[in-house]
Amino acid sequence: MLSEICSFRSTRLACLIVAALSVGACARNPAEQNAAMANASAATPGSQQDFVVNVGDRIWFQVDSSELTQQAIETLEKQAQWLRSYPQYAFTIEGHADERGTREYNIALGARRAQAMRDYLASRGIQTNRMRTISYGKERPVAVCNDISCWSQNRRAVTVLNASS
Amino acid sequence: MSERQLSPSPSLSRRRLLTLGAAAGALAGLWPRDAVAQLKLDVTQGTIRPIPIALPDFLTAPGVPDPAMGRNITQIITANLRRSGLFAPIDQATYVERIADVNRPPRFADWRQINADAVVTGRLERQGNGNLQAQFRLWDVVAGQQIAGQQSSTTPDNYRRLAHIISDQIYHRLTGETGYFDTRIVFIDESGARNQRTKRLALMDQDGANVRYLTRGDDLVLTPRFSPSSQEITYMSYGQGHPRVFLLNIETGQREVVGNFPGMSFAPRFSNDGQRIIMSLQQGGNSNIFVMDLRSRATMKLTDTAAIDTSPSYSPDGARISFESDRGGRQQIYVMAGNGGQANRISFGEGSYSTPVWSPRGDYIAFTKQAQGRFSIGIMRPDGSGERILTDGFHNEGPTWAPNGRVLMFFRDPGGNSGPQLFTVDITGRNEQRIATPAFGSDPAWSPLLR
Repeated sequence: MLSEICSFRSTRLACLIVAALSVGACARNPAEQNAAMANASAATPGSQQDFVVNVGDRIWFQVDSSELTQQAIETLEKQAQWLRSYPQYAFTIEGHADERGTREYNIALGARRAQAMRDYLASRGIQTNRMRTISYGKERPVAVCNDISCWSQNRRAVTVLNASS
Repeated sequence: MSERQLSPSPSLSRRRLLTLGAAAGALAGLWPRDAVAQLKLDVTQGTIRPIPIALPDFLTAPGVPDPAMGRNITQIITANLRRSGLFAPIDQATYVERIADVNRPPRFADWRQINADAVVTGRLERQGNGNLQAQFRLWDVVAGQQIAGQQSSTTPDNYRRLAHIISDQIYHRLTGETGYFDTRIVFIDESGARNQRTKRLALMDQDGANVRYLTRGDDLVLTPRFSPSSQEITYMSYGQGHPRVFLLNIETGQREVVGNFPGMSFAPRFSNDGQRIIMSLQQGGNSNIFVMDLRSRATMKLTDTAAIDTSPSYSPDGARISFESDRGGRQQIYVMAGNGGQANRISFGEGSYSTPVWSPRGDYIAFTKQAQGRFSIGIMRPDGSGERILTDGFHNEGPTWAPNGRVLMFFRDPGGNSGPQLFTVDITGRNEQRIATPAFGSDPAWSPLLR
């Protein structure tokens, strides 16, 4: 499990950049990271970019688990605070699984992860009528390779703000 | 609508041919005892001597639109038989006799000379209504007599089916098992990069020919399954952000939602009478198993646990249901009665077990097994005994049974930027074969025999 936590830490920034730039592959290029940092400071408070870059739109899970890790709870606390400040946003929680499971089970596992995130945000005062959940199972990986560095990025739940709420 | 309307299968007529040959008066299908002992195969055994069989080109009568069609039919039959692993088609270059008349017995001595145990002769002609008619005869070279003969006809665009029907006859006569060549596969066609893959419902013949697409790729579609009794499939589609189970008639293109559930429905499969669809329904963080009767539209909840219960599959008689659940921690296979109730775990090996699929013969349940970072396809008896791994590797998933219950298809994914491909394997674990698809392919589901 230690290796997963390490890869989790080392790839977290990369994942944020991936989301911000809408690029699907593993982004480990320092130049891309710098570009994203520049974007971060420029993000308008209350904008979608602000949410993705400064709050963090996603949390990660351990293998075959929907339990919220300490890091996930920290991210969700920040998300809840931001979402309370900007109540105009409705959003979709996407649950995802890594590729190391069967298709049907992973659809259910992604749903369970999305539900765990939803339940936590609801417990922090976010109205449930602002949220909907969807599971993509293992069908929408963000990182593509055959090792744990990618699988750990794909085991995720992502808060996607609706465009114009 | 993203579905494309498909033309209905043209009607197909079949007629048994009179027996010809040395053993005059013997009925087609009756074997001399010696020949049975020598030729008939037990396909459940691990070691098999494939039957040496000769397949000279079918004669093509004048009037057939393409003079190569007879030869094409022979090539399709030859490929089917070879792919089954139970036949060893003999190189045409070695043939001594040149068949000129399919209504006369071949010169058996000429075929014994090249060590053929059986020879297939046939002829293709055009009927008055424009249809193609194929007649064939299967000859026992050792006994010197005909063992099968039939003629079938269909429209020219459907001529490959003639070859599949003849292949089924040959397979049946020489192995004793029902054939599986006149069947189709529905699967997920996958194209594009791994992280933005387009997935479409696709349909093809069991040999990979005649690929047709049933959706355009706008919506994410997964896990199609054939009805055992009609030209319908059930599958999961994400539609406009509401993933759920659909029913699609592949001849009319008509599509409808299965059930009116508030949450996500997934993992559908037909009962063997085709009258019910069993599936999972997400309820909060849990998934439970439901069944819907397609006539009454009534739904019934069959499991009620704080777990993921999914991949349900009926036994052929509908009396039992196998499914996977993580109620005990990891995914394992359970069996319960057809109307729910107490479920008994049947998988106890190392690792976890998923995607149980009941054989149409009822004797085995196929599954995907995960252990030590590898994904295998295996079978076990419905009581959990007799586990046998048929193929093992980085990622094998999603078995589906040929209608004769003796061959499985599944998909294999090497991971990374590559993608899944379809394979078949015998229930003995022998004879693994790749089924080529135009792009990547996953989630195969075998149709019943066409009619």
